[in-house]
Amino acid sequence: MPSDSVLRIVWIYPDLLSTYGDQGNALVLEQRARRRGIEAEIVHVRSADPVPDSGDIYLIGGGEDRPQILAAQRLRKDGGLHRAIARGAAMLAVCAGYQIMGSTFGGEEGQPVDGIGLLDIASFRGPARAVGELVAEVDSALGLPTLTGFENHMGVTSLGPGVRPLSRTVVGTGNGDGFEGCYAGHVIGTYLHGPALARNPALADLLLSWRVGDLPPLDDTRYEQLRQERFNAVLPR
Amino acid sequence: MTQLPLRAQLASALGRSAATLSRMTGRGDGSVIGGRVGLMLEPDLLRKLAHDRKLALVSATNGKTTTTRLITSALLDLGEVATNAFGANMPAGHVSALSQHKDAPYGVLEVDEKYLPEVLDTTGAGVVCLMNLSRDQMDRAAEIWLLAQKWRRALSGRPTHVIANCDDPLVTWGASTAAKVTWVAGGQRWKEDSWCCPECGGPLDRKDADWACRECTFHRPEPQWIVDDEAVIDPRGQRWLLDIQLPGQANRSNAVMALAVAEAFGLPVERALPRLREVTSVAGRYTMVERDGRHARLLLSKNPAGWLEAFDVADPRLPVILSVNAQGPDGRDTSWLWDVDYRILRGRPVFVTGERRLDLALRLDVAEVPFVLCETFSEALAMQPPGRVDVIANYTAFQQIRSEFGRAV
Repeated sequence: MPSDSVLRIVWIYPDLLSTYGDQGNALVLEQRARRRGIEAEIVHVRSADPVPDSGDIYLIGGGEDRPQILAAQRLRKDGGLHRAIARGAAMLAVCAGYQIMGSTFGGEEGQPVDGIGLLDIASFRGPARAVGELVAEVDSALGLPTLTGFENHMGVTSLGPGVRPLSRTVVGTGNGDGFEGCYAGHVIGTYLHGPALARNPALADLLLSWRVGDLPPLDDTRYEQLRQERFNAVLPR
Repeated sequence: MTQLPLRAQLASALGRSAATLSRMTGRGDGSVIGGRVGLMLEPDLLRKLAHDRKLALVSATNGKTTTTRLITSALLDLGEVATNAFGANMPAGHVSALSQHKDAPYGVLEVDEKYLPEVLDTTGAGVVCLMNLSRDQMDRAAEIWLLAQKWRRALSGRPTHVIANCDDPLVTWGASTAAKVTWVAGGQRWKEDSWCCPECGGPLDRKDADWACRECTFHRPEPQWIVDDEAVIDPRGQRWLLDIQLPGQANRSNAVMALAVAEAFGLPVERALPRLREVTSVAGRYTMVERDGRHARLLLSKNPAGWLEAFDVADPRLPVILSVNAQGPDGRDTSWLWDVDYRILRGRPVFVTGERRLDLALRLDVAEVPFVLCETFSEALAMQPPGRVDVIANYTAFQQIRSEFGRAV
């Protein structure tokens, strides 16, 4: 066990859910912590292993239908993630991982499958695959700049009263109701797959700040160049 | 060969004319348009063209074009071979390939992973070669477990002889419904898509090359052919030094797959292997191009597994130019860059270009790999000292570079 001064980024089930460059989110969090002098480590938790409840930021990624069902079953049985969230850990759940967080999601044939109930959402299989760049304006309560990313999913997610929409879509599909993602407490869910935090460093900093408090700014030129290029590519001029 | 029905003859001939026109007008190599024209006139053309030929289909995420080329080189020992050498790997490309060599008794067809069931059904190919499956351009490709499942259904209940890489658990699962399988221990560098059992989802335990599911009976079959570093051990236990010119472990594995396929066609190793050694580049891959004293070797990498293979081939003493695009054929999503571990490039002079260079730049920044950002490939090349440099590019970036050099390669 590392000492308490180390920020622990727990990547849940990369063997089942890491299809879309999800490693990027872990790497971006680690680097942005370290550049501020905060020691950080990435803990890989494979699906045969117990989920530790002592982590700071939990990540769960995207994947195919069958691994998604397996991951939900194992997380429910394991209970470690539930304990971690109950004691205030932060979490970013992406795509298939986002759907798992709700009460139900669509399985291989569209059949309803039980989620793990950490977010007040329910997901279903939609009529068509949503693939492409996404741009969305973040809920003003969070004070974050515009979201940019890539989505690739067939899910439609409806939000219950226990969560707030993360953002309002400008380009793309997101939850399917004009909003993209949701949050409650320190748990964020999003359809922005893969390295969502590489495209949205402010979102990475929000997760970090929930665990370590205020953060000094970094030189984000590289991130800003990429963000601007993506906005220019997809937003009408 | 039996004579084609009149309508199929006409369709085939018109397709060839369209292909010639496409080439003459500089629109492409003609292998797609020619096939499309033929199929429009005779929807059953592929079946008719395949009839009475001895065919091998080659499919995988990586190495399809190269392995197709290697098998073709070997089978030329037996007679004329029809093949889609330029990677047009969907039915239109197959029609075009078979039309162009209408009397060839043999055919070796590279097949897109998704199209394998359909092409197998249409052509009734006797031999199928399956090498690897890993994540690839997922904004348009099917997910790979689903692909393997479709392979299983397609192979089930057929007399097809499958040659498959048993070091890849997903390929093993996809191939194992076939009536006859020759297993090749072809190695697997990229393991990130096979930590779970394809049969039951349980964890796979690995020890050296061996693997087995902890929860069910699914395990690695006993291989008949074994890639042993620079050599191959054949089913009789005889060891042959491969000594091929194509670089890297992935190509040695491709060569052994080709030897196993050749043997399925009755061609022994001693006749097949010398022919594999003659292959030096495949549709521009591994070619050296030269400008102003800079000798650039072109490596194609389309996905994370492909980048690992390219890193294995790239010379660590040389500078390297990386070029990434995200056009349709590349996949419009650059997320995969985050699955590649670029840290191996630390300490080398690295130059970054391509239409999505800013995505790659940020990725390298986070990996703490210093680099120089260049607007164009020409600019990156001009920054090199005279001498050799390796170039790793994804699909359309690679083709753009080839075009700059007149596709002389």
